[in-house]
Amino acid sequence: MTWETVIGLETHVELATKTKIFCSCTTAFGGAPNTHCCPVCTGMPGTLPVLNKKVLEFAVKAGLALNCSITRYSRFDRKNYFYPDLPKAYQISQLYLPIARDGAVPIRTDTGDKTIRIHELHMEEDAGKLVHDPWLEQTRADYNRCGVPLIEIVTEPDFRTAGEVIAYLEKLKEMLQYLGVSDCKMQEGSLRCDVNLSVRPLGSCELGTRTEMKNLNSFKAIARAIGYEARRQIELIEEGKRVVQETRRWDENKDASYAMRSKENAQDYRYFPEPDIPPIELSQKYLDGLRASQPELAEAKRARYQADYGLPAYDCEMITSHRALAAFFEALVELGVPPKQGANWMMGQVLGALSQRAMEPKDMKLTPSTLARLISLVGEGRLNRNTAVKVFEAVFDTNGDVDEYVAAHGLEQVNDSQLVQEICVKVLQAHPQSVSDYRGGKEKAFGFLVGQVMRALKGKANPQTVNEALRKLLDA
Amino acid sequence: MNIDTVMVDYISQLSRLELEAEEKQDMAAQLGQVIAYMDVLNKLDTDGVEPMSHVFPVKNVLREDEVLPSQDRAELLSGSPVPDEEAFLTPKAVE
Amino acid sequence: MELTKLTALELGAAIKRGEVSVRQAVQAALDSISAQNKRLNAFLTVTGERALERAEQLQAGVKHAQSPLYGVPMALKDNICTKGVKTSCASKILGDFTPPYDADVVERLARAGAVSLGKLNMDEFAMGSTSETSFYGPVKNPWDLQRVPGGSSGGAAAAVAAGMGWYAIGSDTGGSIRQPASYCGVTGMKPTYGSVSRYGLIAYASSLDQIGPLCRDAADCAAILDALMGRDPKDSTSLDGPYGNLLHGLTGDVRGRTIGLPIQCFGDGLDSEVKAAVLAVADVLKARGAQVVELPFPVMEYVVPTYYIIAAAEASSNLSRFDGIKYGWRAEGCQGLGELYRKTRTQGFGSEVKRRILLGTFVLSSGYYDAYYKKALQAKAVIKEAFDRAFARCDLLLTPVAPATAPKLGESLSDPLQMYLSDVYTVSVNLAGLPGLSMPCGFDGKGLPIGAQLIGPHFGEGVLLNAAHAFQKDTDYHKRTPKGGEPA
Repeated sequence: MTWETVIGLETHVELATKTKIFCSCTTAFGGAPNTHCCPVCTGMPGTLPVLNKKVLEFAVKAGLALNCSITRYSRFDRKNYFYPDLPKAYQISQLYLPIARDGAVPIRTDTGDKTIRIHELHMEEDAGKLVHDPWLEQTRADYNRCGVPLIEIVTEPDFRTAGEVIAYLEKLKEMLQYLGVSDCKMQEGSLRCDVNLSVRPLGSCELGTRTEMKNLNSFKAIARAIGYEARRQIELIEEGKRVVQETRRWDENKDASYAMRSKENAQDYRYFPEPDIPPIELSQKYLDGLRASQPELAEAKRARYQADYGLPAYDCEMITSHRALAAFFEALVELGVPPKQGANWMMGQVLGALSQRAMEPKDMKLTPSTLARLISLVGEGRLNRNTAVKVFEAVFDTNGDVDEYVAAHGLEQVNDSQLVQEICVKVLQAHPQSVSDYRGGKEKAFGFLVGQVMRALKGKANPQTVNEALRKLLDA
Repeated sequence: MNIDTVMVDYISQLSRLELEAEEKQDMAAQLGQVIAYMDVLNKLDTDGVEPMSHVFPVKNVLREDEVLPSQDRAELLSGSPVPDEEAFLTPKAVE
Repeated sequence: MELTKLTALELGAAIKRGEVSVRQAVQAALDSISAQNKRLNAFLTVTGERALERAEQLQAGVKHAQSPLYGVPMALKDNICTKGVKTSCASKILGDFTPPYDADVVERLARAGAVSLGKLNMDEFAMGSTSETSFYGPVKNPWDLQRVPGGSSGGAAAAVAAGMGWYAIGSDTGGSIRQPASYCGVTGMKPTYGSVSRYGLIAYASSLDQIGPLCRDAADCAAILDALMGRDPKDSTSLDGPYGNLLHGLTGDVRGRTIGLPIQCFGDGLDSEVKAAVLAVADVLKARGAQVVELPFPVMEYVVPTYYIIAAAEASSNLSRFDGIKYGWRAEGCQGLGELYRKTRTQGFGSEVKRRILLGTFVLSSGYYDAYYKKALQAKAVIKEAFDRAFARCDLLLTPVAPATAPKLGESLSDPLQMYLSDVYTVSVNLAGLPGLSMPCGFDGKGLPIGAQLIGPHFGEGVLLNAAHAFQKDTDYHKRTPKGGEPA
């Protein structure tokens, strides 16, 4: 029998706000245990939550980007369960009226285009971190992450392959980074994914029993876990056994998943409306304002670069791979750099320099105006391209002054045709063999002669001028 | 609605309470009585009535995203039943 | 001058005039506490040294004092967080809990020049109507030591009645200020939901809890509320409002006011002496120019179930954080986390608290949410609407506070449902978020105080206080004090 895998995703994304969702403690990553905490986020008796304005804004922006309908009248609910990483013993989340619903994300995979439907997007608070101390035989609870704002994005069970899942996550990550609502760093846990998976005979419309997999910390882990779990379920069914609905934990070291012991018993979260937080009612004006302020996302940029600037698809892809790169490129264009030239410099020099240094584009010191100046010197014929590349390398790390560097190192291009003429004459005299080779029809000899002239001028000559002068002398 | 000891076990488990066998019987009887009384609400016609969780029409109570200093850790930990300088301690949490 | 017989405003004025020092006032209260607390068990913690130190500080600034309550000693119910002072909610589970922060009301009172004498006994986690569910023993009624002071702010009511401090700050979720005020013959008020910050009040039922004063008369009540009320950015349910003019607005003029008597509040189950005393309030106010109308209030039979479903549901969630991990008491000798949770909570909570946690867990549990919790939220909307209709016809409502005067110790706890039913006159006020005032309006044949309740519309505190002030101008029930608690 041929089997079909059916997958739905629940993705938790930490929002890039300065403060926590319900108190004014910092969200900064790291920090000694329990130093980014106050009575509110440690669940002290008598404390109360106050919603961070930015969390609402970021959640709505994400909802709009995922083509969701935004819930005009939304609310928070309490999800009740006991666990030491949750100091109030309830998580403030949204069940009944999530902030956004019914979205759609188009994805592109090797097997074609597809749309993933978004079931809902809701706001909630993150839990703390538990670290087991084997010497003390105790678990240590650190509440620094407790109350960091999250959005949870729940898809419909629309994925059929791990490839689709990865394509979706890459798209999601790119979108959220462009919006500036999250840095989506999986290694720091700011993007986390739970995979719901079931299998069924191909062609069947009914869903099989699903399992939920947690602790997936990288795209690689997600892909491997999906493959593993689909095989496990198919084998069970083929052996005549049943898939049990359960939560499983992926163990990256063992490359296998195992069932988590159910937390005491059946999960009955007893959700009810959070009495400490009044409802959220969004006005048309608020939504219009956010919609108008939505940045252009990567996909739209790619389309525009192709249509308006005639850039190749691959270049567009590379330049929009980071919000900071696209912004850099657009600033170049804004400064008057012809788009194609700008793109060539981005593709050739900027990306190369970044990858050589393993540097994030947003950490780059070089400014668009420095590169624009360099490009314009080439355009004006004052630097030749090869020298310009050397200047680029020299100023990249410090954003040094291009003009100063060129002057200090005497790199300005030699356009003096008198001088070039004199050098050409000397070179021809010194290499009679090559001259006769050229005249005998060996075009190759011409290249050699150009090289000799350039060398004599320390590479600063305008290649065009050299070509013209040599041809004139040789063909005379 | 009748409350039996099975239900008492279920809600005790959810709320992390543990009743002796004898207490369970009493609790089932008492809760049964209270809940039977609450069924009087079934007489009230609430068709089309929006459930009211907040009595006043206050909404959109929001705070600016500005960092304030966190609390001194020693103060936060001072009431912890097992003293530690850095963290709240618990017996090994499952998983 | 017998200091402990003065009202808070009288004492404040005497301090301002220099006739009494803050230290003298504090000392008089501490003496009264030492003489009586063993009998009454009203205070759980007495912070005498802190109070005397504070008295010295305040004395230095007495000339510049703005607040009419400057230097007046008072006490706080033990569910209001006080930085550095134990706050137990009268529970074993919070027996060692010393909050790392002050409640908003504590900061406001400090700004008004209040001196705290300590923390007051109560029903455990404010759950109860008698102050007998305290882990630290029941509070006794100063009018009759065989009787309960009411609850859950029983320690607060008993302390004020017995002259152990000039006023007290309590909390009211379903009558927890008004009913003990009534049983102990003092004036108490639950203000409009959202007018006093709940930040630092250890939650019982978040949508119903409200902090308010218990004191000698309506004028004290107005002054204390002026100090307590105000928007707090730390409490999202806190309201903007007209604050700070209650004492100024206290004229006692009720001419042209319409007082509504909800018919269903004077029917079966109401003690005849209580009924007569409450109706007599209407006569006094009528004589001062108010109009009295009877009106229907057809939702009375639904208020108790609605209240207990909502309160228990919220309580089951609010009390989940007490697990022996972050603060408070932890059961010993537990194997593993699950056992730690169960043993700590089972041994740390008393039986009434456990009953309400289980009830609340039930009404929220899968399969029963719609039938109970959601139904109760709908009933709440209907009850709110019934009040809206009533206030379209009148300015305030007059009702009893409780069906009878204070019961004997031990009479109520054996039958939880009966105890819940005795809250019938007070709980609807919390469901609708309205202000409710309780004031002494007579004594029964056993010499026990009877209370009358005035209910106003949203932010109607001024109207209620004026009516109470008018009544207290013409009567002296509020001035009577218990002789020492031996049965008459």
